[in-house]
Amino acid sequence: MKIFYIIISSMLVNNFVLSRFLGICSFLGVSKKTDTAFGMGLAVTFVMALASFMSWIVFNLILVPLHLEYLYTLAFILVIAALVQFIEMVIQKTNPGLYKALGIYLPLITTNCAVLAVAVINMNENYNLLESVVNGVSAALGYFLAIVLLSGIRERIDNNKNMPEALKGFPITLITAGLMSIAFLGFQGLLQ
Amino acid sequence: MGNISSYLNPVLSLGGLGLLFGLLLGYASKKFAIEVDPKIPMVRDALPGANCGGCGYPGCDACAKAIVEGKASPNACPVGGAEVAKKVGEILGVSVEAGEKNVAFVKCKGTCDKSKEKFIYNGIMDCRQATQTPGEGSKGCSYGCLGLGSCVKVCAFDAIEIEDGIAVVNEDKCTACGMCVAACPKDLIDLVPASKKVRVQCNSEDKGKDVRSYCEVGCIACNICQKTCRFGAIKVTNNIAQVDYSKCTQCMECVNKCPTKVISGLIAKK
Repeated sequence: MKIFYIIISSMLVNNFVLSRFLGICSFLGVSKKTDTAFGMGLAVTFVMALASFMSWIVFNLILVPLHLEYLYTLAFILVIAALVQFIEMVIQKTNPGLYKALGIYLPLITTNCAVLAVAVINMNENYNLLESVVNGVSAALGYFLAIVLLSGIRERIDNNKNMPEALKGFPITLITAGLMSIAFLGFQGLLQ
Repeated sequence: MGNISSYLNPVLSLGGLGLLFGLLLGYASKKFAIEVDPKIPMVRDALPGANCGGCGYPGCDACAKAIVEGKASPNACPVGGAEVAKKVGEILGVSVEAGEKNVAFVKCKGTCDKSKEKFIYNGIMDCRQATQTPGEGSKGCSYGCLGLGSCVKVCAFDAIEIEDGIAVVNEDKCTACGMCVAACPKDLIDLVPASKKVRVQCNSEDKGKDVRSYCEVGCIACNICQKTCRFGAIKVTNNIAQVDYSKCTQCMECVNKCPTKVISGLIAKK
């Protein structure tokens, strides 16, 4: 039951983008087209799952026994950066198609605050390994959902000829994202 | 826990983690290395490495890739010229006819003593800023070189100097990367074949009388050069003489006949 609670919570109620406001940079930057948004979503899901796994291991098996919890930010950044680089190399070798699809998004994720945040949240909530990974994946799926939804809306908005000149581009995107965020508030009552 | 371990533990654990990841990544980069065409790094080494963007690619790396993939010709690098094109050709195993070396050429001869000033300019020492002032700069001629050195600042090869109020290109150093051409707000700089020395050193499209009023060495569009030339290589259009470098034989007739000596010839200073 706790697993289910975590999934719904981090995917919808505490959606990383629309209610925690993490990863906004890539959320706005890579949401012009649905297929690139899709690729970014996939890449984030992939990295977040692995990052929550690795950061849990590093935190609970290295930092906690040595009483070095205060070094978690440093350690997590180290883990995530190395992990993303490693994954990039492996994918480039084993699956060039996927590598091309993910493209520049993989290295971009290295510095995405959402990935660091998921590791920190796992730590603060004292999740066990399984819960951490589930939290990572569902948070990433929440990101995936948000970015794909926004890109779909943006594709329609960009074709709208009646758009006032002053609102074209980022202004209307920010308004859209704000409205989406308000809409996601509706999920707040889901788990009470 | 002792004092020492509270210092050592963080250093060792994080250092160890870093070392571990470093080794892992190092191993992975070997293990998962993808075969790039070995010619790409070789061509990259042959290129000058200035990353000036003169070839139209973002830098030398991109240019090398394009050359090896056949998207760009081996003499794509304007900076390296014939020498680099030859080296690249050897790597690729193709013969390259070297492109003609081009140089940048400033089409203005109006040094401080030869041209008048409209007003005293005390603003930012940059041609682009000065062009914003009424009359497009303090020089009497609105087409002429302001001599504030916007081209000097962008030149990565130290090939342009301001001498006596106008920009002068050192043709030995110039690599024809085209940065100064883009930087000049007056569109005064052209890339011309280095071997062709007969060039019109003026850009003014004003009528002869007006040119006379502010510059001793401007083109007054008197048409003498056009009449003199036996090869049809120099023509006056829009009140300015223009040389067709493919036809010019450098016979020097026009250079000698030009009343204002605005056509530079072989004997001209660099």
